[in-house]
Amino acid sequence: MITRTDCAFLAVFLLAAPVSAQQFTAGDITVDQPYAFETAPMARAGGGFLTVVNEGDAPDRLIGVRSELPRTEIHLSSMQDGIARMERVDALDIPAGETVELAPGGYHVMFLGLDGNAFEAGEEIDATLVFETAGEVDVTFTVRARDGMGDGHGSMEDHGEMGEHGAEGMSHDMAPAE
Amino acid sequence: MRGKTLIATGAAGLVALGVGVIAFTSFSGGGAENCATASVGADIGGPFELVNAAGETVTDADVITAPSLVYFGYTYCPDVCPMDAARNAQALDILAERGVEAQGVFISVDPERDTPEVVGDYAAAFGDDIVGLTGSEDQIRAASRAYRTFYSLPEDRSDPYYTVDHSTFTYLVMPETGFATYFNRDTTPEEMADTVACFAGS
Ligand SMILES: [Cu+2]
Repeated sequence: MITRTDCAFLAVFLLAAPVSAQQFTAGDITVDQPYAFETAPMARAGGGFLTVVNEGDAPDRLIGVRSELPRTEIHLSSMQDGIARMERVDALDIPAGETVELAPGGYHVMFLGLDGNAFEAGEEIDATLVFETAGEVDVTFTVRARDGMGDGHGSMEDHGEMGEHGAEGMSHDMAPAE
Repeated sequence: MRGKTLIATGAAGLVALGVGVIAFTSFSGGGAENCATASVGADIGGPFELVNAAGETVTDADVITAPSLVYFGYTYCPDVCPMDAARNAQALDILAERGVEAQGVFISVDPERDTPEVVGDYAAAFGDDIVGLTGSEDQIRAASRAYRTFYSLPEDRSDPYYTVDHSTFTYLVMPETGFATYFNRDTTPEEMADTVACFAGS
């Protein structure tokens, strides 16, 4: 029989349990579900996405990304009047107690110089995220298939995931750091 | 926009006209006048001369042999362009299931890096019903002007990973009648397929 007290105890225990393979933690910063999309065979660039949670009382900043590729950068895609722009940013604010999403159409990790080493679905890409306060977090991006790519018979089910984070939909807490 | 060359700024006028879609709900007629269209106040489309994946010079008459979803982008773009290309590919999949013949046309606005081989590889990754086109700077500028799209290549392209600003509309172009309507990024594959099927008379 599980009493109310046991439940509470269990909940605390679960929160303190080791994070899953898709979570990576340093200090107050947890990086959740890093993923990238498969690319065309000759693609030179790929995009990586993830969620950062700052459980601390102080703001932090993502100030760099490294990987084995020739260049890895923090980028921001934005959309204005139907025109897409993409630019490199030096840092991304991760306010205290907040969750910041790097999602398609907004902030992303830009992997440059694939040069014949296309991202294939199921592949894993190791990278290191550098936070100003929390320090370095080693993460693994899992490459996902993209609906609409490949043999042209992918399911439609994941479309919402791709589409709902349009550039216009960025939340206020994702403004680029000064 | 500092340090960038502005090219084919017709998009500003297109944007000013608004991107509202007027949806006609009449199911009685089979004519294209009953299809959902985006309002545009200017001529869009027309002749172009570009280069296909095999390196051959092709014209609009060679390329637009079926209802076509025409998009201008570049292959180094890992975020927005593949989202739109995948959306268009999904619309084509829906149309194929319904037995409606249609194709995608991806026109690069980045000719230096998007060689015929690269743009062909990129288009093929999204499906064999998508044609990848590139061309000389002049050919691409002319095609972009015809479709009133906007793109902006940096003047200094010494960084091999430079980015290109570009408009993200997809144009529906018919073999006989040319430009039919355009779609913005919010259009779903299903909505797009419905509109294409309507114009195709299916
Ligand atoms: Cu980028």
